[in-house]
Amino acid sequence: MYEGAVQDLIDELGRLPGVGPKSAQRIAFHLLAADPVDVRRLVDALTEVKARVQFCTVCGNVSQEEHCRVCRDPRRSNEVICVVEEPKDVVAIERTREFRGKYHVLGGAINPIDNVGPDDLRISELMSRLADGTVTEVILATDPNVEGEATSTYLARLLVPMGLRVTRLASGLPVGGDLEYADEVTLGRAFEGRRQISA
Amino acid sequence: MHVSHLSLTDYRSYEQVELPLEPGVSALVGPNGQGKTNLVEAVGYVATLGSHRVSSDAALVRAGASRAVVRLRADRNDRSTLVELELNPGKANRAQVNRSPVRRPRDVLGILRTVLFAPEDLALVKGDPEGRRRLLDELAVQVSPRIVAVLSDYDRVLRQRGALLKSAGAARRGGRRGGSAEDSAPDLRTLDVWDAKLAQIGAQILRNRVRLVDQLRPHVARAYEQVSDGQGAAVLGYRSSLEASVDDGRPAPSPLDEPGVPHLDVSIELLEAQLLEAMSRMRRQEIERGVNLVGPHRDDLLLHLGGMPAKGYASHGESWSYALALRLASYELLTHGTPEDETGISGWGDGAEPVLILDDVFAELDSRRRGRLATLVAKAEQVLVTAAVAEDVPEQLDGARIDVMGGQVTRVR
Repeated sequence: MYEGAVQDLIDELGRLPGVGPKSAQRIAFHLLAADPVDVRRLVDALTEVKARVQFCTVCGNVSQEEHCRVCRDPRRSNEVICVVEEPKDVVAIERTREFRGKYHVLGGAINPIDNVGPDDLRISELMSRLADGTVTEVILATDPNVEGEATSTYLARLLVPMGLRVTRLASGLPVGGDLEYADEVTLGRAFEGRRQISA
Repeated sequence: MHVSHLSLTDYRSYEQVELPLEPGVSALVGPNGQGKTNLVEAVGYVATLGSHRVSSDAALVRAGASRAVVRLRADRNDRSTLVELELNPGKANRAQVNRSPVRRPRDVLGILRTVLFAPEDLALVKGDPEGRRRLLDELAVQVSPRIVAVLSDYDRVLRQRGALLKSAGAARRGGRRGGSAEDSAPDLRTLDVWDAKLAQIGAQILRNRVRLVDQLRPHVARAYEQVSDGQGAAVLGYRSSLEASVDDGRPAPSPLDEPGVPHLDVSIELLEAQLLEAMSRMRRQEIERGVNLVGPHRDDLLLHLGGMPAKGYASHGESWSYALALRLASYELLTHGTPEDETGISGWGDGAEPVLILDDVFAELDSRRRGRLATLVAKAEQVLVTAAVAEDVPEQLDGARIDVMGGQVTRVR
């Protein structure tokens, strides 16, 4: 245990995700030795992020204003909504530059162990976005794990009866990989989702 | 295949030990508590990523050390593979194959295959269904390592669905006392979704199990006959929870149960539909008890002997014969597959024969069973035997002898 402020800093850093006690200690001593200007910049960034960043009132993505950049962009289609779990998934899909519609961030996935049910996700917000009939397709892009699949199934059961086109991201073989190294589950999915080639 | 070298660092009682091995029989001999079983346990760990003695990795790390390392060289048809596993309790384990890291430890499954006999095997016959389910699932992983991903997804679905059932049950009971009932049950709407997931993944496991039982059946019958010298017929069956009755939540006989009847043609789609149907029938009980009552986690491998269930009817000696027959049948299945079955798992190629490990079993057996078992395993490519005294190693198993004493291993013959 260190004295007062140093230990307080280590404890706070240790509460961050992915930071263990040893890393917390290393970061704390790095900050202690760092230039006060650099530390000031970090402090400002932290304050700024809490003061200025909010969540987009439409899609739930992180934003500096009431509506996020994607929702404000007039060039993007209002007819397709891609549903993701977290804001970081938006960033991942944006990097592909393939998608020109809008997003909807749920804020997680259905997870009874952690007591997360449909009411804890932004599902009613999604429903009200669909009410005026502009949206024709909903892409379900939740994580390909047990909880993400369950969330997608739940949403599909709500959305399909509404007459929307509901799609799920394909899961299958990694690009640039070797078939023999793919695990059985992935390969099985790839078989299920195979596509016809027109010559 | 065989193990040509085992090296342990901070594993159980060993700070560091090097154990070169050869094909054929190797007997590890030493008084109890000297570390014989630790050596064969480590070999089994590389094959199954689990210990046959404890369920948590923490017990495998030497007291005072932060991690344990198991290094093992497996030779198959003159091709040698070095597997290195680092056990980090509380953190993710790490694995290397031929000195390059693999993505997940489970990627090493399939490099080494073992069949391990231990005194605990008697519980396969006399104990709870859980041990028999584990026998089937572990064998399924050795037959087809990738099934491990399906098993872990299933486990995840069970835990999520169980949590939902538990909270729904609690809310319903609370609601009954408070007045209003239905509305206070949280998220029962999502139960349908979890039913679908359980049925989807559970059906894959169920079909895999049913097929495995069909494939094991002839091997078990033959092995039992050989070990017991032809007394009574050993017949495997499978009891599924599909037909669970509404009255008491206990499984009633289902079409799958009939011992000795093969079900190779059963389809995943059919099983999925049956699982969904069973869950909708059992919904009230499941919510009341807050437990998953339907699915392969409630099933049992049925062991029949001369038309009667072995549990409760078989004598001590017969139970041992049955336990040995189950292990011997696993060995036969892994070695040869089932050539007569085109849907099965034939064609392993050369050198697929698993390493046989006999951990302290001969001391448990009478002299006739001891002799027959020894004759049956003597021809295997590699047999690792542990025994407290050299006299416990049957004479049919003549080979290398390694003394294990106080954490030191010494080749004496």
